[in-house]
Amino acid sequence: MSLMTPLNRVLGLGKGAGAAEHWWLQRMTAVALLPLGLWLAYELLMLPGFDYASVVAWVREPATSILLILLVVAAGYHSAYGVQVVIEDYVPGKGMRAATLMASTLAHVALTIAAVFAVLKIAFGP
Amino acid sequence: MWLSSLHRITGLLLSLGAVALAIWLIALATGADSFAAVARVYGAAWFKPLLVGWAFCFFYHLANGVRHLAWDAGYGFDPAHIRASGWTVVVVAFAAAAAFSYAAII
Repeated sequence: MSLMTPLNRVLGLGKGAGAAEHWWLQRMTAVALLPLGLWLAYELLMLPGFDYASVVAWVREPATSILLILLVVAAGYHSAYGVQVVIEDYVPGKGMRAATLMASTLAHVALTIAAVFAVLKIAFGP
Repeated sequence: MWLSSLHRITGLLLSLGAVALAIWLIALATGADSFAAVARVYGAAWFKPLLVGWAFCFFYHLANGVRHLAWDAGYGFDPAHIRASGWTVVVVAFAAAAAFSYAAII
């Protein structure tokens, strides 16, 4: 027995609210990560060296900075959603599940923003 | 069935790899000393198996991800196709991971 009006349910405000958007964003970031991931693999192969100067010079190139930020954001979202699905499937207990989910989401947001900030700092740095 | 579990497992391991990548970028932005400290760990002999493992996870998850996207679009979902594409994904993942590891890691 639902307390929701039929209109609300039709508008997607029921239990599955946002699930379709989540599903769609997961696929969209997957499609974005195909070229971005292959690009990163190629760039790592082509780097003259993994020393500080070589890597900074590489990250500082505008094309690298932009593509790295796109990659970090797409990977951050894709990972957050992927881990969420696994948590929902395997972590037992409602409270435990909610706590794990919250910890995972917060960690994903924090690391994604820190990584984006790092790229920007290098790109605009001295 | 088995490859499906592997998609999840490689995905979870890639989340950890993404953490390593984020740490690498953050250390780079922090300065030459912090980057050298992280580079020392990432370049250590005991760390190489992790890098090779992440390379395999990356290529497997990418190739099998294409397979999943094709299924979502309604293609290749009959048993014969599923088996053929599954083997293709495994072969592609091993070959790409081996080539990448040989060129960039070892």
